[in-house]
Amino acid sequence: MTSGAPRPTIAVVVFPGSNDHGDAVLALEGLGADAVPVWHGESELPEASAVVLPGGFSYGDYLRCGAIARFAPVMRAVTRFAGEGGLVLGICNGFQILCEAGLLPGTLRPNSSLSFVCRDVSLLVEHADTPFTTRCEPGERLTMPVKHGEGCYFADDQLLSELEVNRQVVLRYADNPNGSVADIAAVVNEERNVFGLMPHPEHAVDPLLGPTGGAAVLGSLVEAARERMLAMA
Amino acid sequence: MKATVLVRPKHGILDPQGEAVQSSLRHLGFAVDEARVGRVVDLELEGDDPERARAELERMCEQLLANPLIESYEITVDPA
Repeated sequence: MTSGAPRPTIAVVVFPGSNDHGDAVLALEGLGADAVPVWHGESELPEASAVVLPGGFSYGDYLRCGAIARFAPVMRAVTRFAGEGGLVLGICNGFQILCEAGLLPGTLRPNSSLSFVCRDVSLLVEHADTPFTTRCEPGERLTMPVKHGEGCYFADDQLLSELEVNRQVVLRYADNPNGSVADIAAVVNEERNVFGLMPHPEHAVDPLLGPTGGAAVLGSLVEAARERMLAMA
Repeated sequence: MKATVLVRPKHGILDPQGEAVQSSLRHLGFAVDEARVGRVVDLELEGDDPERARAELERMCEQLLANPLIESYEITVDPA
């Protein structure tokens, strides 16, 4: 990252029960963005080139993960932002919220083992032509941690074949930790501006703390956000 | 007016919770071939028109109480 490059603003939404927004802010700042936390009760987003929904247990994960958070005031603004082509990244609970909100296809169910999994996983990059994976090569492996009890991605047969045909399955687990259909770890919407993944890129950016596979994903996002900022200027 | 919504995993959807319950019941010596685990939502509604209530409950299920992709639901309205 060139230190002189202009820094795009990225909004990081904080729900009651979010717990990974701090790491998300630190990781994005380290990769060249200005990260701004935004409380869930806000009905407007700040001027930003991208939005991140972080991990955690929004609203206690009551009913179904993400089911209540999707009705937070800020989600109307996020939906509008996404509809205008804005870049939206959902990590773990953020991915669950995007699915519940209908911004991403499919849903996340309890892990097939019924156990919480917390470990590093190896991910296979399927597609590099999304704003979230431009720094990756198709076929490349990225290592980053998962930590979830409800990360089993589900799509019925018809949806699954649509996802494959439209090249929306962006990352797959090399060793499936949760029973996700077709080993799916990350999907993008058809327009390719909304992306969700169960693994945590924000926990994997600093070699001091372990694998750094997350820097490829978040670095791609920062770069895409910068291009968007410059294009809008 | 009281109403009950029963949400269950759709037919054909793998239900790991149900499988765990079934296997525990078998360990206890019960002859159980299958168990499926859903959830019950009991509601106390304003108003006294059961037809209207049913229509509202449908919308509650579609918007929040169930995820139509993986869950089916059953609505019971008790007009008493």
